[in-house]
Amino acid sequence: MELKRKDLLDIKGLDQEEIQLILDTAESFKEVTGREIKKVPTLRGKTVVNLFFEPSTRTRTSFEIAAKRLSADVINFSVSGSSVSKGETLLDTARNIEAMRADFIIIRHPASGAPHILARNLRSSVINAGDGLHEHPTQALLDMFTIRERKGKIEGLTVAIIGDIAHSRVARSNIYGLTRMGARVRVAGPPALIPAEVETLGVSVFYDMEEALSGADVIMVLRIQLERQGKNYFPTLREFARLYCLTQERAGHAKGDAMIMHPGPVNRGIEISPEVADGLSSVILEQVTNGVAVRMAVLYLLSGSGEI
Amino acid sequence: MNLLIKNGRIVDPVNHVDQVADLLIADGKVRQIAQEIPVTPDAEAIDATGQWVVPGLIDVHTHLREPGFEYKETIRTGTMAAAAGGFTTICCMPNTKPVNDSQAVTEFILRKAATEGMVNVLPVGAITKGCQGEEITEMGDLREAGCIAVSDDGRPVMNSAVMRRAMEYASMFHLPVISHCEDTNLAEEGVMNEGRVSTELGLRGIPNASEDVMAARDIELAALTNAHLHIAHVSTQGSVELIRRAKEEGIRVTAETCPHYLVLTDEAVTGYNTNTKIKPPLRTLKDVEAVRKGLREGVIDVIATDHAPHAQVEKEMEFDSAPFGITGLETAVAIALQLVDEGVLTVNEMVLKMSGKPAKLLNIDRGHLSVGAVADITVIDPRATWVVDPPQLKSRGKNTPFEGWKMKGRVTHTIVGGKVVYKG
Amino acid sequence: MSEKVIMDPLGIGRALSRISHEIIERNKGTEGLVLVGIRTCGIHLARRISEKIKEIEKSEVPVGILDITLYRDDLLTKKGHPAVRKTDIPFDLVGTVVVLVDDVLYTGRTIRAAMDELMDFGRPAMIQLAVLIDRGHRELPIRADYVGKGVPTSKTAVIKVLLSEEGTEDRVILRED
Repeated sequence: MELKRKDLLDIKGLDQEEIQLILDTAESFKEVTGREIKKVPTLRGKTVVNLFFEPSTRTRTSFEIAAKRLSADVINFSVSGSSVSKGETLLDTARNIEAMRADFIIIRHPASGAPHILARNLRSSVINAGDGLHEHPTQALLDMFTIRERKGKIEGLTVAIIGDIAHSRVARSNIYGLTRMGARVRVAGPPALIPAEVETLGVSVFYDMEEALSGADVIMVLRIQLERQGKNYFPTLREFARLYCLTQERAGHAKGDAMIMHPGPVNRGIEISPEVADGLSSVILEQVTNGVAVRMAVLYLLSGSGEI
Repeated sequence: MNLLIKNGRIVDPVNHVDQVADLLIADGKVRQIAQEIPVTPDAEAIDATGQWVVPGLIDVHTHLREPGFEYKETIRTGTMAAAAGGFTTICCMPNTKPVNDSQAVTEFILRKAATEGMVNVLPVGAITKGCQGEEITEMGDLREAGCIAVSDDGRPVMNSAVMRRAMEYASMFHLPVISHCEDTNLAEEGVMNEGRVSTELGLRGIPNASEDVMAARDIELAALTNAHLHIAHVSTQGSVELIRRAKEEGIRVTAETCPHYLVLTDEAVTGYNTNTKIKPPLRTLKDVEAVRKGLREGVIDVIATDHAPHAQVEKEMEFDSAPFGITGLETAVAIALQLVDEGVLTVNEMVLKMSGKPAKLLNIDRGHLSVGAVADITVIDPRATWVVDPPQLKSRGKNTPFEGWKMKGRVTHTIVGGKVVYKG
Repeated sequence: MSEKVIMDPLGIGRALSRISHEIIERNKGTEGLVLVGIRTCGIHLARRISEKIKEIEKSEVPVGILDITLYRDDLLTKKGHPAVRKTDIPFDLVGTVVVLVDDVLYTGRTIRAAMDELMDFGRPAMIQLAVLIDRGHRELPIRADYVGKGVPTSKTAVIKVLLSEEGTEDRVILRED
């Protein structure tokens, strides 16, 4: 089985077999990342461009390491602000980069759907590294990888996603992926941070955090963007934390062996308490490690699509 | 030269005429309608066998962009598009640069339209200066210069007291107040309908309530001021119901919807096609059905285009950054015919909602084919099929959501004041 | 199209016995010796050789697994990537004598990839090569130290090695068009 697509834009469009393939392949790459010499010659001569319109050290670095371990050349483009403020359109920027013979363009952009514009117009393989409020497919893949590694399976697990669901591309990608792989997904947060009609994506909605956590196998805590304050989604961070901060005591409502995840960076004491973030059940750093293996797998599989 | 339209189906709902006959135009006026008018050497004959001959279509909601945004559209290209779409009269919205809030701008538009325009252009003046929503315009001046209505289209008057004063003042000059119903606070930074699809696409949503609360407010203000309120581009089930109730109560309200709200839902946004980004946004099937029902039952009086051309470079943006608006002049007839085919409207109702009703709402002597009436006439071949190919559109704006659609029904002749201005 | 069995279970067994003896003889015992099988058939053959050596010498020769996919030289030109599976070298390679084991030696490109990958795991004192079938048509200057059977073939011929570990009877089949 191979991945028959040029781009990785979202999880929504992936079927179960494709997700399985990426996760299986990532397992092999995790072995590679455990070697003394962590570099294989697979993508020698290929050029990977990190095109980031939003600051993100973590995701960019993870992609960069993944590409370098596959022996690809990596170029980082950081562009601040949207195309409008620069006077050059996104497409112009991307066409310029393609003209330099980029094989992969990894894009992070504040506007939902920006990677789709590139994918439609360029021959390069486009990987979505987070677009607006839409999706962050490699994050969901690494989350699913981490869950499968810990729990041995995804099917049948209960996963509670807590916090700002409305503005979270991580939540969306995970909702698509986890439900497709057979998990039961719950979301919890204040009403203004739960997107409209999210139930239609196959999740159940909770406003009470303890209820949402009850019997959960996996707790996924989302980062609360501090900019959300003052927009009346919730009155204050203080009250948000009082209602939705994952504390030791609240985590106790989940199953005894529940694992605790966070896509980072963590606001300690706001969405998650320091003891929980650093506790035994936390897999936050494993997520980061697995991110590299998953991104290597994605680069490898897309390079074999025959399109580039 | 006289014009003789032979053998067409003459549909003139205002005069309750629907028959196959010949129609003779002389001196720019309808001279005679009869069976078998003989062809004479001084008349050019148009064979309209199998076609419909209807009063020239009137669009109460067009953006011509000139002055100020000539790169999007000009009075020349916009009226060419209108002619190609079968419209003989169009009302241009005031959100140009400068805004049409003074006699000078109105006169500029009318002068340009007289020299370069292909069809009649009736300017809509601004409700408030600069469409800023603060100080009302000199509507007496605007009326005198030729404005036929007022509107702050695209930038609704959020302050209810200002809207009240504007309505009171406009009613003195018998100017309809055209309201783009949107509570901009509720719409926030929304770019599409709020619902399942916006959640899936991760795009910020605009709830139905943003339209409904403003429709409710403006209806109450119309009741208070007895002004003529015309609600633009109705897109929600809620506002259809509000307008229905207002009409039952005898409040002076009329309403329009646009072809796209009758055939497209927010599903069309999937794929982030910026040519589906409009205000109000494409809604859900439930709303489309309610708007169709409202149109059929007469709650909605008029089909308008809200033709809003933009340059390709503006629409080639990220969905969040692209401007709102789509073109519509050249696709309206085909979409309206689709509704006829689907049994939503009869041919007569369709023609009435695109000519007789708009004329009535604007208080102009158009929209009928009485003998002696100005010969603004549209000839439509209801069976002609074509595919929407944006580069072939006359409008400078190629931003149509109907790209690639197979259409049935096309304008073959557009006649303004007895002159053929478009031949398909 | 013709198909014929060129090795039967007995033949394969004898060939592996001989190779095992040769390995011991050439290396004067099993000191510092490790076997590395190339996925998938090479692993089974390496394990069998390890067993035979144990019978003969009463000493354990460790077996590693190599998946050479990521080191292939045709990845960027071919459509559709093969599945990547794990490499597992559970011992230190430095200073060892590695006997690479594969089923069929053909162009030599697989062995090139395997040697490159092995080098990334450490610096062995020596690498030797054992194959069940050598069918000729080398494209690289590589030869096997231990050969079960040399089979002259045409370039269009297909050789299939079937092993009981994969759920079939041991057999080597030559198919010619």
